[in-house]
Amino acid sequence: MKSHVLSQLRSLEAESIHIMREVVAEMQRPCLLFSGGKDSIVMLHLAVKAFAPARVPFPIMHVDTGLNFQTVLDCRDRWVDRTGVQLVIASVQEGIDRGLVQEEPNGSRNRIQTPVLLEAAEKHGFDALFGGGRRDEEKARAKERVFSFRDDFGQWDPKNQRPEIWNLYNGRVHQGESIRVFPLSNWTELDIWSYIEAENIDLPDLYLAKEREVVERSGMLYEVNDFTPLKDGESAQVLSTRYRTVGDANLTACVESAAVTLRDVVEEVAAVRLTERGATRGDDKVSEAAMEDRKKEGYF
Amino acid sequence: MTTTLPDAGEAAGAHHEVVSGDLLRFATAGSVDDGKSTLIGRLLFDSKSIFADQLESVEQVSRDRGNDYADLSLLTDGLRAEREQGITIDVAYRYFATPKRKFIIADTPGHIQYTRNMVTGASTADVALILVDARKGVVEQSRRHTFLATLLGVPHVVVCVNKMDLVDYDEQVFEKIRAEFTEFASRLRVPDLTFIPVSALAGDNVVTRSENMPWFDGSPLLSHLERLHVASDRNLVDVRFPVQYVIRPQQNDTRDYRGYAGTVASGVMKPGDRVLALPAGLETTIASIDTADGPVEEAYPPMSVTVRLADEIDISRGDMICRPNNAPTVTQDVDAQICWMDESAALVQGKKYAIKHTTRWARAMVKNINYRVDVNTLHRDEEATEIRLNEIARIRLRVTQPLFVDSYQANRQTGAFILVDEATNKTVAAGMIGGAAHQY
Repeated sequence: MKSHVLSQLRSLEAESIHIMREVVAEMQRPCLLFSGGKDSIVMLHLAVKAFAPARVPFPIMHVDTGLNFQTVLDCRDRWVDRTGVQLVIASVQEGIDRGLVQEEPNGSRNRIQTPVLLEAAEKHGFDALFGGGRRDEEKARAKERVFSFRDDFGQWDPKNQRPEIWNLYNGRVHQGESIRVFPLSNWTELDIWSYIEAENIDLPDLYLAKEREVVERSGMLYEVNDFTPLKDGESAQVLSTRYRTVGDANLTACVESAAVTLRDVVEEVAAVRLTERGATRGDDKVSEAAMEDRKKEGYF
Repeated sequence: MTTTLPDAGEAAGAHHEVVSGDLLRFATAGSVDDGKSTLIGRLLFDSKSIFADQLESVEQVSRDRGNDYADLSLLTDGLRAEREQGITIDVAYRYFATPKRKFIIADTPGHIQYTRNMVTGASTADVALILVDARKGVVEQSRRHTFLATLLGVPHVVVCVNKMDLVDYDEQVFEKIRAEFTEFASRLRVPDLTFIPVSALAGDNVVTRSENMPWFDGSPLLSHLERLHVASDRNLVDVRFPVQYVIRPQQNDTRDYRGYAGTVASGVMKPGDRVLALPAGLETTIASIDTADGPVEEAYPPMSVTVRLADEIDISRGDMICRPNNAPTVTQDVDAQICWMDESAALVQGKKYAIKHTTRWARAMVKNINYRVDVNTLHRDEEATEIRLNEIARIRLRVTQPLFVDSYQANRQTGAFILVDEATNKTVAAGMIGGAAHQY
């Protein structure tokens, strides 16, 4: 007799598919936030599986900071071609040009993405936005709901969240209000990588190790390129590196790594000593409560 | 709560990789005082699930506060408001894995005012972990947590008698608590009850067997959780497939495709099986069970699949596919126990709410409040006229359209519902259909 026990990866996959189908069945106009990073790609892969053989029944939105790695844009376009999904682009540069937002002194466009995202969501009438957030990423996310309620300013109030019991999600909103939905809530970084390997999911090649010319700043390794050129007095070295997260090209650091295949990455992640944000994202080091603040403003 | 930790380098060893193991969800309830945060910290720490930078951050904050030891509760108390107040006010989810299993911990605060959170955490749990302070024995809170675990149908209860180091690892203390707890639990329906004497602070019987308690012949907590057999807890007998979404591609190459997407709530479905569609009441045969990876030979919970039927029947979201000789009860009258979760308004007789049961939404009116249950004494108050935040009650609802229900005891999927306030859209109650989980 068969055991009828689903492996943990297939259980997570089934849960994510359930969540996505629930949103499409109940919400008026969902949209998937697509950064081009591995989590948003896994989400899109799951969306394809949830509605096969039909096409993904909602658009994806890329909040384009103008600070993209070219290989991430190439990968995004491959996914759009392959799946036939509709792509909406919300441009941060255009937001700056129109005076909606102002460039930050440190060159980070992370914070100013938020008004651009919220304006685009409102313009398109999106009442549910899929995000790739995982509860294991950061403490501010450990208590996040799968269906996260946002007021009509797109803001998150930790005190005004709905209890989530069983898998009975409540997406009912009034006009102007919306929900963020996190289908990957219960996945860990290792789950994501194990799944990417198991499903052989197409990713930007940044995630795999190769020889890169890098410069070290405050303990972080930045590739020497147009976004992060060498400054006076700095010297570059060539190291085998890969990226663990993909954010703005001017702020995302890489790590030394010999992981040239997906299997290597899974093994590396299984043995790794730093959480992925702590290792490579200069923008999250600002304060311990940085994530919580950005979340309240509606960033994720 | 504080604990001594080895240095960061030792803590952050190889993380375990789990691809083939299954998933175990467990809920913990307790207050800071009984060592719950320390126990969770110990599980994460000894199973090498804490990252070096997380530990550094905890140690830094502990030093800044003048603590002698790293405060492991900082790992789980996430929101700034909570850290400032030093309390845990919501369900926090934590993850760790061993080579055998992946674990999801729903960590909930234990105080009575957070019954809502405990109910949330227990709703999906395979195991409830209940902490008892060896010095204090079985207290009101232990009874409440056990009652809530059984109310939510959690199949396994593990009682950790903690702080054994403070009672000289005395077997008699443990046995006395075990006897008292067992006596209390006999009034509840606890299918599987296990007791483990531990010291979360010192690490006794958490991950490794304690040398201080040779008289204990059971497993340490982690081994117990790794080995716990949960497959048989799932209902594989009664086929229940709530239709979630109808897949009808608008592309030319798949125009004739019509599939019913959903998550198998219970039972095992196979192509060729005779099935009954509710509420249509029509019988047909499963033509195929599809996934994006191709058709499968069988589907069981919690698989998400797409079912195609041999005959064209009008089926939409909220309908139920089952077997002709094994169908749920079709009813508009629902008797249920509820936990009220709304702080701003009470449940009163005659009030109307939106109800969500499986994938079906309807409206429901409160016909009667039968009684309110005191979550500490299990006393029934039959005079109760309103049910407030964190209170448990037995009520009767009249629903605007038929629901396809089983008793919660027989089926945690088709026996469950939520009530939603139609004005605020807030989820205001968790409901469990059918008989009481406790006797008197």
